[in-house]
Amino acid sequence: MAAIDHQKELNRAGANVEGWWQHTVHLARRYPLGAIGAVMVFIFVMAAIFADVVAPHDPLQTSAAHSLNAPDGSMVFGADMMGRDVLSRIIHGARISLAVGIGSMLLGGIIGVVIGLMSGYLLGWFDLITQRIIDIMQALPLLVMALVMAAALGPSLENTIIAISIPLVPQVARVVRSSTLSLREMPFVEAARAGGMSEWRVAVRHVLPNTVAPLIVLGTAQLGSAILTEASLSFLGLGVPEPYPSWGRMLSESAAEYVRTAPWLVIFPGVAISAAVFGTNLMGDALRDILDPRERS
Amino acid sequence: MSTYLIRRFLLMLLTLIGMSIVIFVLLRLVPGNIADIMFDSAGFVDPEEKALLEKELGLDLPIPVQYWHWIKGLMVGDLGFSYVSEMPAIDEIAPRIPITAKLAGLALFFSILFGLPLGVISAVRQNTPLDYILRVVSLSGLSLPSFWLALLILMACVAYLGEIPIYTDTPETLWDELALYLLPSAAVGFRASALIMRLTRSSMLEVLRQDYIRTAKAKGASDNSINYVHALKNAVLPVTTIIGIEAAFLIGGLIITETVFNIPGVAHFLVEAILMRDYPIVQNLVMFIAVIVVVINFLTDLSYAVLDPRIKYAD
Repeated sequence: MAAIDHQKELNRAGANVEGWWQHTVHLARRYPLGAIGAVMVFIFVMAAIFADVVAPHDPLQTSAAHSLNAPDGSMVFGADMMGRDVLSRIIHGARISLAVGIGSMLLGGIIGVVIGLMSGYLLGWFDLITQRIIDIMQALPLLVMALVMAAALGPSLENTIIAISIPLVPQVARVVRSSTLSLREMPFVEAARAGGMSEWRVAVRHVLPNTVAPLIVLGTAQLGSAILTEASLSFLGLGVPEPYPSWGRMLSESAAEYVRTAPWLVIFPGVAISAAVFGTNLMGDALRDILDPRERS
Repeated sequence: MSTYLIRRFLLMLLTLIGMSIVIFVLLRLVPGNIADIMFDSAGFVDPEEKALLEKELGLDLPIPVQYWHWIKGLMVGDLGFSYVSEMPAIDEIAPRIPITAKLAGLALFFSILFGLPLGVISAVRQNTPLDYILRVVSLSGLSLPSFWLALLILMACVAYLGEIPIYTDTPETLWDELALYLLPSAAVGFRASALIMRLTRSSMLEVLRQDYIRTAKAKGASDNSINYVHALKNAVLPVTTIIGIEAAFLIGGLIITETVFNIPGVAHFLVEAILMRDYPIVQNLVMFIAVIVVVINFLTDLSYAVLDPRIKYAD
């Protein structure tokens, strides 16, 4: 496929931009909601990476004296039942949220790409069987599937990632398979084959790169739902175990009780989950508009 | 068409059989069965008594044999016994179904009531401030965790009513009953309505770009007639699919909402059963959910052919 000269295309479209900074500014102006989303995701990622530096207190430090302290000067978001600083726990919680979100998106994505590519490329009995397996996996809602998987695997960080990644596989496999099916008939694939390339190399070098755009769009959407699912699993007590501060679990610890007595324990972790997912979704929408012109609205 | 129907039906059965195997094996992968848990909590383990219990529950049999017993029971409506309550599983599950069904129905009603018109408005007024606001609201609907939304609703109840709405088995009037289900179903329906709204919007925009719309404009049809007569009919088609799928997938949101509001429906029961390792309940409930999802998908496919005469399933 001919390489697209993005610079030239942009100039032709009337955007006189040079260098990456002007590029970024141009994109941000064109997709303001996407830019807001990107900033939110950036803050979320930075909080996760620099949690040790940014967090004002130790997220695991309990203190009977501060139990259920309302927000004040030293603990901006208040303290929980065990007297742990809520703000610090939220900042450290970003780590768990991001680790599970990205981990399960990547794991599910890789498995999905391999299955989808093989299925669309090999066809025959392999395709038939994998399609039936995917039908089975799609017969349950994401959360129900993740719940059963999490219960079967037992509570740990790794198992939570696996439990969430498996239900994400079918969507990826379907997308990759359907683009593979149309790509394998394209003249450039035929040309590569005629040039003596092995089937495996054709699949990886020519077919796979052309599925990247829809995959990025799907991946961002899945990142959002993976974060939400982790929060839901932890909320139900089947997610990431103690001592990791997980946003979902922060909400679960007899949440209905705190609605009356300590609303800050309910409000702030919920805001954190919503903001992270909202930012991801905003960014995902903009990415879809940029990368997938057919879906452009 | 009839060949397609039969093929589609057989595939549906195949999916359900596959699901039953997956769920059965998955649950038996869990380290530690109910006997282990009961004896662990007792503090000391008498291997003989434990073996006796396992024998009584049929846990000593090979997994394929256990599976066969389960399926044989399913055929005649015998779902086994709950480990926890020791009641027949069917008696535990059946009374909870109407509760969840009412919640799901009400939530679906809400989501269509709001999602469809707002999606149309958003598309017709594309790129206006109203469209931006609606898009942000719908996106936030997909981003708010439903348990948080439910907690916020509880919080609002505490602030304005001074109390948390408590579930009662026997609401006195129809109005009481509606009030009981209203808040939880709103919490679940918000997400579904956001989804329906986004889909309606993009489907509507897609249709508005088509040639026949331009023809309608050219012949001088009014904006209203174009938007609501010409375009809407075709735009609604793909939305019916999503409504079907969403109806089945509401159960995900219900799991959380029923837990927060402490409503004794099937979704809440599933979580309890999973936490207690009550296999007979878990496997039957998961199968129940799978049957609903698969059947709804099947019906959605069929309704699609009925609604859109252009679609003819090849024989």
